[in-house]
Amino acid sequence: MTAHLLRTPLHALHVELGAKMVPFAGYDMPVNYPGGILAEHRHCRDFAALFDVSHMGQLQLRGDDAAAALETLVPMDVVDLPVGKQRYAFFTNAAGGLLDDLMVTRRADHLFLVVNAACKEADQRHLVTHIGHRCTMVPLPERALLALQGPAAVTALAQLDAGVADLTFMTGGDFTLAGASCFVTRSGYTGEDGFEISVPADAAERLARALLALPDVKPAGLGARDTLRLEAGLCLYGHDINENTTPVEAVLTWAIQKVRRPGGARAGGYPGAAVIESQLALGPKIKRVGLAGLEKVPVREGAPIVDAQGHKLGHVTSGTLGPTVFEPVAMAYLAANHAIAHHEVYAEVRGKRLPMRVAPMPFTPHRYHR
Amino acid sequence: MTTMFTPDHEWINIEDHEAAVVGITLHAQDALGDVVFVDLPEVGRTYKKGEVAGVVESVKAAADIYMPVDGEIVEVNEALRADPALANRDPMGEGWFFKVHVTDMGHFDQLMDPPAYDALLKTL
Repeated sequence: MTAHLLRTPLHALHVELGAKMVPFAGYDMPVNYPGGILAEHRHCRDFAALFDVSHMGQLQLRGDDAAAALETLVPMDVVDLPVGKQRYAFFTNAAGGLLDDLMVTRRADHLFLVVNAACKEADQRHLVTHIGHRCTMVPLPERALLALQGPAAVTALAQLDAGVADLTFMTGGDFTLAGASCFVTRSGYTGEDGFEISVPADAAERLARALLALPDVKPAGLGARDTLRLEAGLCLYGHDINENTTPVEAVLTWAIQKVRRPGGARAGGYPGAAVIESQLALGPKIKRVGLAGLEKVPVREGAPIVDAQGHKLGHVTSGTLGPTVFEPVAMAYLAANHAIAHHEVYAEVRGKRLPMRVAPMPFTPHRYHR
Repeated sequence: MTTMFTPDHEWINIEDHEAAVVGITLHAQDALGDVVFVDLPEVGRTYKKGEVAGVVESVKAAADIYMPVDGEIVEVNEALRADPALANRDPMGEGWFFKVHVTDMGHFDQLMDPPAYDALLKTL
């Protein structure tokens, strides 16, 4: 059953560590190690957790015109992104929906992109089709990606190269770690301080072992990654955002810089700009919100959200029991007139109506090193 | 043999057929991961074999608890409701879910004995 699944360069290490392996985006990936999701989640919030995210797509855009070309596919300011700075971005479609979300880092002679595993082939086709004539897209399948996340991540990684401590949130640079040439950014998907490390595949296991040998570092799987990002209020592509949700509905407009908005020097010029600009001006009909449960029952993806009279207001797109906050946390899309902080709504779970409150996100404070 | 198993990875101990104890197996709790919530049935309610009598939820998933036999719920484990992780720590003991007054003992013989359940686990 798992024969057709792809393996990351750390697959053998996951198995050796006793991970429970599951299929994810075509890869055989660790969902958790023997300690379990809760322990891994808490270790990340308190110390440092090492995640294998090598299934994600890494690629370069090369050529003098690459930044301007990429701006025709994303509503972000890429042209003015300084060397060494990283930015959250998303590809939009003609209806203003989201094709994928990604990270873009400006490096000295190219743009470095990290995209979602499940979207990477479509993203590469999208880039080649639309801007392949203006720049060169270079996939990096020979590189692994590790994430070291948590308040102890900086002291841990600094033992391999003290220079990483000088990075601030959403910046990156080249470092030699465990003898390997790595590109490191101070970023992540947990709400904690931490790093994402692009490392040559053949050095990935050596680097992972060097990190796991440090007292504060323990491995964590995709299960904890999901609960951590949900508490941090970060969207999961394919669940909280997809091709039918716009960045305005998803409340991701903070990621659209002024220069790309109406009145800006490079306003519009990306797919779906008219739809997104209209929603920016008039407000969306639905909005992504956080929901906190008032009872202990986890409320999961797909659960309908209703008002006190049972009228449907929307549905949950991600949900679990938040291991840090120890209450049910969820993301949902609600009719905009109900997407008001502290508004009480009900989730329908197994025929029962469970009270929930619209809650500001993140559910746990971000602790980035700015 | 007083403890038998179901293909849904539940166990039932029939030592007292007026209060047979039902829980999930070691394998079930391992597959689920950290249990964070249990929905237990109402005492006094009767169920047919195979009906959903409860729910166990871990961080990552929810699973139904099926009634292994026909019977009436006579007690539920309030300690488990307060501390769902008991289902991980001691699934065959302190982490039991509910007790059933078994109304059809014939069903008990249709369940798996420990060697049969072990054989099932080997196929997974």
